Amino acid sequence: MRHDHIISAKQLSRGDIETVLDRAADIAADPGAFADRHSDTLLGLLFFEPSTRTKMSFTTAMKRLGGDIVDMGSVESSSVKKGESLADTVRVVEGYTDALVLRHPMEGSAKMASEFVDVPLVNAGDGAGQHPTQTLLDLYTIRENAGFDDLTIGIMGDLKYGRTVHSLAHALTTVDASQHFISPESLQLPRSVRYDLHEAGAGVREHTELDEILPELDVLYVTRIQAERFPDESEYREVAGQYQIDAATLEAAKDDLTVMHPLPRVDEIAHDVDETTHAQYFQQAHNGVPVRMALLDLMLGGDQ
Amino acid sequence: MSNNDQQLRVSKIQNGTVIDHIAGGQALNVLAILGIDGTSGDSVSVAMNMPSDRLGHKDVVKVEGRELSQDEVDVLSLIAPAATINIIRDYDVVEKGRVERPSVVEGVLECPNHNCITTEDEPVDSRFAVGDDGVRCEYCDTIIRDDLPAHILAE
Ligand SMILES: [Zn+2]
Repeated sequence: MRHDHIISAKQLSRGDIETVLDRAADIAADPGAFADRHSDTLLGLLFFEPSTRTKMSFTTAMKRLGGDIVDMGSVESSSVKKGESLADTVRVVEGYTDALVLRHPMEGSAKMASEFVDVPLVNAGDGAGQHPTQTLLDLYTIRENAGFDDLTIGIMGDLKYGRTVHSLAHALTTVDASQHFISPESLQLPRSVRYDLHEAGAGVREHTELDEILPELDVLYVTRIQAERFPDESEYREVAGQYQIDAATLEAAKDDLTVMHPLPRVDEIAHDVDETTHAQYFQQAHNGVPVRMALLDLMLGGDQ
Repeated sequence: MSNNDQQLRVSKIQNGTVIDHIAGGQALNVLAILGIDGTSGDSVSVAMNMPSDRLGHKDVVKVEGRELSQDEVDVLSLIAPAATINIIRDYDVVEKGRVERPSVVEGVLECPNHNCITTEDEPVDSRFAVGDDGVRCEYCDTIIRDDLPAHILAE
């Protein structure tokens, strides 16, 4: 794998994805073997909007590889507040560090920033755009639990606005999974995403009810439906209620169904599901560390 | 004979570029895309809605003193795919060509996504990949299918 920057999951081939996931599996199996791998490395964290969880995950990943981080801090306390352009900010900070992680509220920001720096840059979320490390950790979790062969996956919830879902669905076209999309009609996949999936040769099957497809699924990926997508509270309650699952719902599922969620959840997965063998969402969040370690290791030349 | 002089200026140029067979009504968009606004002092003549066998109505733009390159004119294919280009030297046509669909257009269109980084005060030009049925922002993936002229960068 040779990518200077990781901007979008779309840039990754099946081979690239397997390379990252294999390395993540090696790391998860024997973290000690990687503990001093990048002891001289400094990773610059540029978070232009708060995302504590993602930032902690990258910090942990760099430190577990023996390196350290430098953090720009909050936007309020930095020169960005004084009107400095993003292009200038990244050009200054790249001089301090060996690699950069960028989170920014505008779409395309990571791609633009990467055009101004020589050190590797990882996109940790650009507005409603891309968040490739989330996609990679989702793929890792799917592969570890269900495998990529003969995979049937259901993706449920807000499919219209959820970038996590769009990116995952696109990445799954490289592994030939059978994908089912379960949502209220008002929150179905946008036309552009459906078009992309068709272009990639993926069959898109849409459902308004989980029952229709639940017994066939190997993986159920649940996302949150937000109240602000609906004109009023009562309509939201009625619609969202149909896309919540609990332990009783899952009695109709295969025994080895894997339930995932990008977290944080609100009430779309009841707490009684946590106790079942289906629940993998906490493990999924933990997987962010070995996956980000793998990506950093590969980007920083861990093969040499 | 000032009337004749004027006639001459509109119909013939000594050196420069004649863009013919522009879809009727698109001449001003052609000028906008080429960044020609008259401030450089070049003579520019525009004829709109001329009868045309091929197009019904066509516009014609003549730019005195400037030879447009193939790269410059290819952008016009987005709004005037039938346009023909004549390079004029000393009143003679020395080169005839057509516009070809480019794979990418840079700095010509404005991304309609207001949350796209290219719409901010950053040192970056917009860049769109040209597809069969529209153009796609290379930064935020927003697709423009219809009404491209409405998205021409005003400058
Ligand atoms: Zn854009």
